[in-house]
Amino acid sequence: MPCHPPNIPSIIAAFERVPHCRELGVTVVELHHGHGLMYVPYDEKLIGNPRTGALHGGVVTTLMDTIGAVVVMASVPASMPLATLDLRIDYLRLAAAGRDIFASAECYKVTAHVAFVRGLAYQETFRDPIAHCASTYMLGGSGFSPRAKSEAKGGGQPC
Amino acid sequence: MLKTIESLKASGNIPAINELIPYAGVVGLEAFQDESGLVTVLRYRASNIGNFILQAIHGGVVGALLEHAAILHLLSETELKAVPKIVNLSVDFLRPCLAGDTYARGKVIRQGRRIANVRAEAWQQNPDRPVAAAHAHFLLTQ
Repeated sequence: MPCHPPNIPSIIAAFERVPHCRELGVTVVELHHGHGLMYVPYDEKLIGNPRTGALHGGVVTTLMDTIGAVVVMASVPASMPLATLDLRIDYLRLAAAGRDIFASAECYKVTAHVAFVRGLAYQETFRDPIAHCASTYMLGGSGFSPRAKSEAKGGGQPC
Repeated sequence: MLKTIESLKASGNIPAINELIPYAGVVGLEAFQDESGLVTVLRYRASNIGNFILQAIHGGVVGALLEHAAILHLLSETELKAVPKIVNLSVDFLRPCLAGDTYARGKVIRQGRRIANVRAEAWQQNPDRPVAAAHAHFLLTQ
């Protein structure tokens, strides 16, 4: 089976079509093989705590799940189906109102069926993170997708 | 605003607290009471789609539903007066969450003096076939 390496521009193009990422204004800053950076602009409509003006935790969860999926795509053969298995977020400090949230993540291990990601969310600098995330992604179809069985044979081993 | 949340909490009106949260309106989070307690709903919106091939809801919004359900449930089940601060959240994605309304219910597993452990489960057609489950810790500030 021929192995097609990840195509970064096509991954970014596919990401830019995701309706919920468009809704929140999530933008890729940079994407490389296995790691990347994106951000969500501060927007009052996304506030989760009206008293502090902080964005809803769901915005951070969405950002971390998205950057995780994108860095996995940038680590495995092109067009490999994937699905989030689990995601854990530690909230390290309160996010400041009025500031964009950045997320950087790294896909640090790819096995035949699972990819492992760690990432940080921050505002001013990654040295003062607001959240840490660890997530795993099922590769080659999770059993969720109708194509799962046939795709699973290809596995997720890097080219 | 805090005062509003406190007075709504005092009157037990959790759905009205939900309406004060702008993000809830954007993604379609609502709350209502049924015979078993509080239910949090994520209404279907095309703008919540995260996988346009499967037409599945973005995992981040499913996580948001579970976090939101855990917070509202904690407010409804305890004597807390302020919105609890989340410490961490762990979400397991169990099935694809397809285009349609998604429901969630929370359960306080343990409430200590400073920390509460809450679980939440989300489903679409059948509560016995959950699409996602989460557990979270909250810091209780009085």
